Order: sequence, then C-alpha cells, then structure tokens
Amino acid sequence: MPVSLTPEQLNALTAAPDAHGRFGPFGGQYVPETLMEAVHQLEHEYERARSDPGFWEELDGYLKHYVGRPSPLYFARRLTERLGGAKIYFKREDLNHTGAHKINNTLGQALLTLRMGKKRVIAETGAGQHGVATATAAAVFGLECTVYMGAEDVRRQRLNVFRMELLGTKVVAVESGQKTLKDAINEAMRDWMSSVRSTHYIIGSVMGPHPFPMIVRDLQSVVGRETREQFLQREGRLPDMIVACVGGGSNAAGIFAPFVGDASVRLVGVEAAGEGLDTGRHAATLARGAPGVLHGMYTYVLQDEDGQTLPVHSVSAGLDYPGVGPVHAQWAESGRADYVSVTDAEALEAFTVLSQTEGLIPALESAHAVAHVMKIAPHFPKDFCIVINLSGRGDKDCVEVARLLGRQIG
Amino acid sequence: MSTAPSASNRIDRAFADLAARGRKGLLPYVTAGLPDLQGTEAILEALAGLGVTAVELGLPYSDPIADGPTIQASFTRALAGGIRIRDIMAMVARLRRRVDLPLLAMGSYSIVHRVGPERFASMARDAGLDGLIIPDLSLEEAPQTAALLAGHGLRLPMLVAPTSGPQRRERIARTSTGFVYYMSVAGLTGERAQLPPDLPEQVRSLREVSRLPVVVGFGISTAEHVRLVCSVADGAIIGSALVRRMMEAQDAGASRDRIVQVAAESVREWMTGLD
Repeated sequence: MPVSLTPEQLNALTAAPDAHGRFGPFGGQYVPETLMEAVHQLEHEYERARSDPGFWEELDGYLKHYVGRPSPLYFARRLTERLGGAKIYFKREDLNHTGAHKINNTLGQALLTLRMGKKRVIAETGAGQHGVATATAAAVFGLECTVYMGAEDVRRQRLNVFRMELLGTKVVAVESGQKTLKDAINEAMRDWMSSVRSTHYIIGSVMGPHPFPMIVRDLQSVVGRETREQFLQREGRLPDMIVACVGGGSNAAGIFAPFVGDASVRLVGVEAAGEGLDTGRHAATLARGAPGVLHGMYTYVLQDEDGQTLPVHSVSAGLDYPGVGPVHAQWAESGRADYVSVTDAEALEAFTVLSQTEGLIPALESAHAVAHVMKIAPHFPKDFCIVINLSGRGDKDCVEVARLLGRQIG
Repeated sequence: MSTAPSASNRIDRAFADLAARGRKGLLPYVTAGLPDLQGTEAILEALAGLGVTAVELGLPYSDPIADGPTIQASFTRALAGGIRIRDIMAMVARLRRRVDLPLLAMGSYSIVHRVGPERFASMARDAGLDGLIIPDLSLEEAPQTAALLAGHGLRLPMLVAPTSGPQRRERIARTSTGFVYYMSVAGLTGERAQLPPDLPEQVRSLREVSRLPVVVGFGISTAEHVRLVCSVADGAIIGSALVRRMMEAQDAGASRDRIVQVAAESVREWMTGLD
C-alpha cells in the first residue's frame, strides 16, 4: 500500500482543520486584533453557508452554466505512448471560464460576500489569474472590486491588468517590499484592516488566517470530487496517483482533498525549483523551508534566521510564493502526500512537449506537474493510472515563454 | 497566565510613578536601525533624557501587515542596511548600562517564532528589554507566549481594537501585562488629521474592565492629539509621525546627529500635550 497511515490517521487528516483552524499544528490565526472580528465573522458566516444546501445549489448553478463545469477528464493517449509507461489523464481545469481553477473559489467567495451583506471585494494577484477570476466574479455579482498587484507583476502582465480593468476592477500597483505577490497580499490585508465593515477579502489560495485555508480548500474540492466520479466511471476504480503543482496550493488541495482518505491513491505536489534548489532562486517551500508564520498562518515558509521572508523565484508567477497552505504542511509532515520539485527548464520543456503531443498549451504552473510526470511515468506499468491537474491554460504565458525560448535558442 | 505587577519591572514602575504624581505618559516608537543602530542608540538616550515614559523599539520585518506605509518604508530601509536581531539586542544591552528607560520591542510573531519564543525571551531579558508588543499574536494564540514572557520578567501589552467586542476586551485586558494598548482606529498605524469622536468613550469603557494602565496609539500625530488622548488614557503612543520626520530628515541628507536632534525636538513638542 503506497500510504502507510492507519485509518484513524487518515480520518484525522480528512477531518482537519479543528475548531481552532489547525491542520495538525499548522494554520491558526496570526493576525492583528483589528482583523479578528472579520475572521470571526467569516468563520460564522461560512459555517452557516456550509450547512445550507441553498448556498451550494446556487454555487453549483453558476459553476455549471457560467464556468462550464464539470470540466472533462481527458485520457492523453499520445503523451502516454510517448512516455511508454503509466496511463496519463488530465483534469481539464484549463477549460474553465477565465482559463484556470481560480474561478471555482472566487464565485464561492463572492456568494459569501453577498450573504454577509458586503458590497465590495478585494484580492491579491501575482500573475493576474486570481485577479481576473475575482474581477469576473465581482462583475457577475455586481460587486465593487479592487485588486492589489505587485508593481513588478503589473509591468510583466499588462494583458491581465487590462482584462481586470475591462471587467470594471480597480488595479492597484503595489510599490512596497519586493513589489511581487507577497507584497500584494500584505497590501490587501492592510486594505481589509481599514475596510472590513464593508469589504470581503477574496484570498486566492489555501492560505492566510483560518478560515481562509478551509474555505478555499472546500470551494476547490469540486475538482477532486468530479475527478473521483469521472475516473470511477471510466476505469471502475480509483486512480493510482494524482499530481498537481503547488504554489500556495489551491488546485492541489482541491484535487487531493476528496482522495485523502483513500490510502491507495498517491498524492504528489510539485513545487517550483526555479533555477535549482541550491541556487537560492526557487520557491520550493516544503523542500527547503521551515515552519514559521507568514500572512496570518503557521506553515512552512522560506525565511532567514531572523524570520525575514526570503526572495523567491520561479518562471511561473503563480508558484512564486514564499509560503504554502497549512493543509499541505500537514499532508507533508504526516506523509499523506509527497512533495517534489521541478526546475524552470524542466517546466519549459514540458510546456512545449504537452503542446506538441496533445495540442494542450498548459499554464507554466501546470507545466510543473506535467514535467514531474514526464520524469516518472516511464517507470510505472501500463495499468498504473496518473491524473494530472491541468490547472490552467497557457495563453497567458506565451509572450514570456517566447522570450525565454528565444533567449535559449539565440 | 499573568503575574502580579512586580516592582522589578521598569514598565510597571514607570506607570506606578505616573499614577502617584497624577501625570500621563508619552511612549514614542522608533524603528530600530533608522538611520542606523548607532543612531537608534543615541535617540533612545536622548528620549530617556526628555523623560518619556517608555519607548517602543520597532523590529524591522519584511512583511508587516499591521503597519501603514510609513513604518513599512522604515522597515525596508533598515533591512536594506542589513540589520539583524542580534545586533539590535546588542545595542539595547550597551544602552542598558547607561540608561534606565523602560524599553519594549515591538515586532511580528514571525520573528519571535523563527528565533524561538524561549530563546527570544532570554535574549530580550538578557539585553535589558522590559516587554514585547507582538501585534499579530492574537488573543487565541497568546496565552502560552504570555506565560513564557512572564517567566522571564517581561511584560506583554496586548492590543484592543475598536472592533473588539466587550467580552473580548475584558479577556485581552486580563491576558495583557504592563499596560493595555488601545488602537484608536480600526486600521493601520499612521497619522490621521482627526481622532475618532468616540475615542474618550471607548477608552473609558476599556478602563472599567482593565486593572492595567490603558495607553492609546495609532493615528496620534500632534500635541493636541496627545492632550486629548491623555485626558482619558494613561498615555499616548506616537509612531508614524516620529518615524516620518526622521525619514524626511534622512531624505534631505541630514547627518545622524541631526536626525537624532529631529527626533528629540519632535518628542519634546508632543510632550507639551502632557502639561
């Protein structure tokens, strides 16, 4: 059996977080007192929504008719043949409206916003995917929206900035700190601290203070539930392995969560090794980080010996984050999921290979998951089934990849 | 767990002394390492000479979420200068040989956790700090740390926000040691033109549930603000306004000595609000 945990241990993992928002030792609420009322209100509202079938029915309606769910489970015949080992399936989150899994979360949280009687939402964004998904949800529900984005990312992702503005969102370029995703999160938290009575913060991953990691995991779990059902229908059993990329970790948490209790299903998260784990230019938090506190949660973080956050790097802006969701810290420490890493170069190679063998241009984030499977699939028998979460499509990355490939060729 | 105020802690002594004289206190905040640690040391010495009640020494952190743009910018500057926790502690230890000023370090739990709460508390005690303010250590996470610090003779004033409910205020006041820190506004550190009209009312109700002195911070930037706050509270904290003046002086090319002078002059001006 691939996972050597007792049924009791698996149950405990499935039941997390506890009433204090702890995933084992991880998670919690490390936020200033000013935010405590807001997180308590959110806990309360979410508990009510969670047990209200009406909430889920309304959300399901939007997921079906607006997002286009369920997303297909696709057997990648040519990639399977090329690698000559395990059977490879893709969960096609790239086909969702706005091009990634992010919309599953933003629509759910926008509905929560309405339930709380708030009229404004804010969000942070790195590459812009979560920002676009939030701007989209805000537009469809008529909410005012502000998105915080590092000034450096605003420069690199002009198209997404324009998309957000077109959707009626105000984009604020964050000039503080390193001017990237983590600084955008700091700024969004600050906005929330001053605006909490009218505003909900739609956090983009399974991170932040409780209850955010739980809410985002629950909202993204639709990916895993569908995968389970689709795979059972197709193969009459569960898959042997599920592979997903991990930055903050929302797409991985979403596809893993419904399988955590199934000891036969191996779960593998793929972090960004950037230019290499030993270069100091990577974002492999679970591989090279240590437990610490960042952005309101206790989890693995990349920080120096004084607790200062270290600079991170990945070719993929969506994985470029110095922390990771507490649920992954728990799965990693318990041994329920394995976490590996893939370099920029390997991800770029997978980006091209998947485009040419399957006609699927993956997001650079998802290309990390593909790259790992390209390494391991040949070592497995032909009846070993791997599902990759194709969390997003790569249109957004084409300009950057062209630049990178051009440099390598020239 | 909290310990009874002991006469051996400088913070407790300072507030007992104020109460005995029927006076109120000013508690300036300075960022450690602005303009550099030698400058910080000189500023602390100058402020002690002015008779401030205590000083909060801000520990620069890369990702502060409770601080406004001014304090954050000062952190970025200090970190760019390569400041380390051990250097800050060494500076405090040097200063402690000459100065009896009550001193609190104010910093993120990210730093305390990384250094290790036990080790951090020992370092702080050995350096001669009297307390810690950890704004992102919520009431829910605080009891263990409070007990640990108490064991090291360190005070842990905790923050009450305008959004904190009545029962929560009482619990925060009970968990706090040294004093209770009331945030005048539900937002970030930073200067405000006006303080909220319900501030006196809020402070009065907090005093009813607190056996400790109540000190008000956030948004205080003039001697008039100090006067208003001290008509109801035991003391006023000034942070961003002071840090901004120091950074402006630095931007204008002022020498370290001049920046120290700017800080002292500013604090002297605000202290007129105590008269």
